[in-house]
Amino acid sequence: MHVLQQCITSFIASAAFGIIFNCPKNALVKCGLVGMMGWLMYILLVAFNVNVVLANLLAAFFIAVIGQSFARMYKMPMIIFSVAGIIPLVPGGMAYDAMRHFVQNDYSSAVQLSAKVFLLSGAIAVGLILSEVSNQMYRKLRSLKQGA
Amino acid sequence: MKEQSQRINEIIDVCLLAGDIMLKSGAETYRVEDTMTRIAAAFDDRASQCFVMPTGIIFSIDGTDPTKLIRVSERSTDLQKVADVNHVSRKISSGELSLKEAYLQLKAIEKAELTYSIWQRILSASIASGCFLIMFKGGWFDFLPACVAGGLGFAGLVYFHRLIQLKFFAEFLASLIIGVLAVGLTHFGLGHEMDKIIIGSVMPLVPGLLITNAIRDLMAGHLVSGLSKGAEAFLTAFAIGMGIAFAFAL
Repeated sequence: MHVLQQCITSFIASAAFGIIFNCPKNALVKCGLVGMMGWLMYILLVAFNVNVVLANLLAAFFIAVIGQSFARMYKMPMIIFSVAGIIPLVPGGMAYDAMRHFVQNDYSSAVQLSAKVFLLSGAIAVGLILSEVSNQMYRKLRSLKQGA
Repeated sequence: MKEQSQRINEIIDVCLLAGDIMLKSGAETYRVEDTMTRIAAAFDDRASQCFVMPTGIIFSIDGTDPTKLIRVSERSTDLQKVADVNHVSRKISSGELSLKEAYLQLKAIEKAELTYSIWQRILSASIASGCFLIMFKGGWFDFLPACVAGGLGFAGLVYFHRLIQLKFFAEFLASLIIGVLAVGLTHFGLGHEMDKIIIGSVMPLVPGLLITNAIRDLMAGHLVSGLSKGAEAFLTAFAIGMGIAFAFAL
């Protein structure tokens, strides 16, 4: 029940972000799907006690892989599919928490939270890059094999 | 000779127009550079050089006369335009479009309005806020308050951004609205967890795309773009935090 609820809300939230970012109309449902799958992966990994940073990295990697295959299938730029999918992972809530602790003069927890925000957004970016690099490597290897 | 330099001029104009639209619509730096080089390669054999920053583009074709520069002062996210320009650039690469046709099509894309009306966007921002509240383990009781706060906050952002050219200040005022609403709603017993409501409804304003794009640009070697996008993201996050903090202080 809990998982179903998370699925539905993450689907709607990602599709709604598609509208805010003015995605093409025929891509909205796919945006929602990418977001839902990424978020599902993330909450499952966290539920199995995987480190949050690693879970973020893997989920971002997963989103980028789906985004790339959608991009190839529908001949649209990948950013359309990955942007809305990435949004739920972004540690906006934690960034807000950090800011709030700063305002309340609780600097030590604020700095801790900020470091965590930095790590998490770094993990998301690394996940994205990783999928791109592996995609490039795969293509290079394949063209090398065909050339040989 | 003169005819040729006329043609070079037109090629550069098409490339710059495509780059300008993409950069303003929030495409990644590498995609802007890639698209411009591809368009140039389709019309001319010589190699081209382009330098893209979030605030401007410099473009020239090797061994020819004009090098042009355009200034980009405002960026937003409009993925429809990114997709459209991408489509045109594909057609140019496959030789389906002449220089003139490409220019006209790009001009049409530049002028196009947003696909969704302002009400649709505000409505989706408010629904997204409610959904984020649930995703961040909030209770259904707070769903409506988060929708209200998120929707009004986003509406405020759009409205103030029209009034004030300074993006930073519009974001500050928008998050101030969210903060005041969240504090007020919980104070009058219409919402339970103020933190969750604020986190959910702030999400449409959070520069998540900018943060990840910034780090991505940095890693890909686009150092200038990465740093300046990072600075922009930091400013936005700071504005949001300040707005919320202000609301607490009131």
